[in-house]
Amino acid sequence: MGEFLLVTIQVDMYDRLALNLENDLVTMIKKVEAKGVLIDISAVSIVDSFMGRILGNIATMSKILDAETVVVGMQPAVAITLVELGLPLPGVHTALDVEKGMLLLQKKLNFYEEDEDGDLDQHDSTE
Amino acid sequence: MIALNKEKISIEKEQDVVFFRQRLKEHAVKIGMSVLNQTKLITAASELVRNMLKYGGGGEITIEVVNEKMQVGVRVIFADKGPGIPDISKAMQDGYSTGKSLGLGLPGAKRLVNEFDIKSTVGVGTTVSIVRWKNGF
Repeated sequence: MGEFLLVTIQVDMYDRLALNLENDLVTMIKKVEAKGVLIDISAVSIVDSFMGRILGNIATMSKILDAETVVVGMQPAVAITLVELGLPLPGVHTALDVEKGMLLLQKKLNFYEEDEDGDLDQHDSTE
Repeated sequence: MIALNKEKISIEKEQDVVFFRQRLKEHAVKIGMSVLNQTKLITAASELVRNMLKYGGGGEITIEVVNEKMQVGVRVIFADKGPGIPDISKAMQDGYSTGKSLGLGLPGAKRLVNEFDIKSTVGVGTTVSIVRWKNGF
């Protein structure tokens, strides 16, 4: 079983800080062979297009490194603002809180493992 | 529109943006703006201040509490002495960017505020003015 990385963003980010996060995170995924990344943004009150792009980049890069990314804890006002801004978050999975995010990551990992073994197909055919 | 109280912040480097966003939030909180409207205002301002730093080489921001027809709100004016925007209508299109961004900055910011005004002269600079009313939709 792979390890999960948990990142909690506690401050409103400026651009350089977000870029550093992106770099550090991708480096860490490789280093600890993480299978999942959980980013908690519950303390973040602003997600603008730059910050959104960074989240998207992290998801894409971790996917290439064979890890899933889940963003959790987005404040409702931030979600509404993102939609009006017109920012899509492609490839970014979201969950309501850390607990649900962890469950989602575990479910995704199990799914892929079963899928590789062909277990899922067998389940389908026997039912 | 009557400006009740005024603050000028000069933006030269990225760290100034953090201070500016904090000050803007304080003004919005002081007039009792809802969290949603605050978020929209600060997000729009964040897009515009980035443009100002990236394309205009920094500049000066004026934050004002404004009053018009019983409405109270916050106006933010971004003024830079950068190269200017040759084609504003193009710059206001979704997905258009001369940099490597998503091209959401200007049109996105416009969608998040109640009033949006942009003036630009090539070789002179760009001024963007936005207003978010406390109870506006």
